[in-house]
Amino acid sequence: MDLFTIVSIILIIITVITAIIAAEMKDLLSAAIALGIMSLIVSILFYMLQAPDVAITEAAIGAALSMAVVIFAIRSTERWEK
Amino acid sequence: MKKALAIVLAILIFIVFALAFVKIPFGEKMSTYPHYYNPITNQTSNMSLPQHYLTYGKNDTGATNMVTAIVVDYRGFDTLGEVTVLFLASTGVGSLMYVENKVKKKVRRSNAVVETGSKLLFGFIILFGAYIFIHGHLTPGGGFPGGAVIASAFLLLYLAYPKFHAKHEKLSVSESIAGLTFVIVGLIGLIIAGYFLYNFLPFGLPTYLFSAGVIPLIYVAIGVKVGSELTAIVDSMMGVRE
Repeated sequence: MDLFTIVSIILIIITVITAIIAAEMKDLLSAAIALGIMSLIVSILFYMLQAPDVAITEAAIGAALSMAVVIFAIRSTERWEK
Repeated sequence: MKKALAIVLAILIFIVFALAFVKIPFGEKMSTYPHYYNPITNQTSNMSLPQHYLTYGKNDTGATNMVTAIVVDYRGFDTLGEVTVLFLASTGVGSLMYVENKVKKKVRRSNAVVETGSKLLFGFIILFGAYIFIHGHLTPGGGFPGGAVIASAFLLLYLAYPKFHAKHEKLSVSESIAGLTFVIVGLIGLIIAGYFLYNFLPFGLPTYLFSAGVIPLIYVAIGVKVGSELTAIVDSMMGVRE
C-alpha cells in the first residue's frame, strides 16, 4: 500500500466516524460542528482525487456557510435534543 | 419490527448503489468508454465524450480549465437553470423568515480580537473570492466557489459586529444586474449566431486573462449573483438584531 491509499483510508474512516457522531449526538451544537469537520475532510478527499473545483466549493459552502446556517437555526430553537 | 424493516431497507439501498457504481468505469482509459452519437452528422463518433472534450475543448471554447469550458460553454444553459434554482432557494428562505412584528433580539458584543481580525481580513477574503471567479477559465474555481467565499466574508462581519446589516435593496440590485448580464449575453449570441450562449467574442491567446470570449463575463456575473444570494440567505437567517 502506498501513502496515498493509507491517507485516504484514514480520512474515509474519520469521515464515517464524524457522520455517525453528527447523527447520534444529543447536543445539537456538537452535532453541527461534527458535520462541519466531516465536510472539511470530504473537501480534502476531493482535493486528493484531483477535483480542486469541488474541493473549494465544499470547503466554502459545507464547512463555513451551511454550518453557520445550522448554528443560527439551533440558536433560535433549543440546543439539546429531547 | 420497524427497526428490522429499516435495516432491510438500508441494506437494499446500499446494494442498489453498489451495483450502480460498479457499472461506472472509474479510473479506466478514456478510450474504453462508450463512443457518443453525434446527431448533427447522424453517426457514432470514433471517440468517447470525455476524449472529445479534452481533444477539442481548448479550440472550441478558448478556456484552459476544462471544467469551466463544460460548465459555462458546452452546458451553459444548464448553468442558467442552476443559478435560477439558487435564486428560488434564496427567495424561499427570505419569504419563510419574514416576520410582520419584528422582535429585536439582544446580542452581546463580540470581543476585540474578532472585531479587529474581521476588519483586517474582510478585504482580503473579498479579493480572494473575486480572484477565484475572475480567473475561472484559467485556474480551478469559478463563479459558485467565488460567490460562496464572498458570502463567507460577509458572514464574518455578521459574527463580529452585532449591529451589521447588509442592505437588501443593494443586494437585490446587484443580483438582478448579474442575472440580466447572463441572459443578455446569451441573447446576443442567439441574435448573432442563432443559438443561445454563442461565444461571440474573440478567443484571444489561451492562458491569458482576456481570453475565452464570453466565459469570464458570464463567470463574473455568476460570482456576483451567487455572492449576493448567499449573503441574503445569511442575512435573513440572522434575523433582526439589536
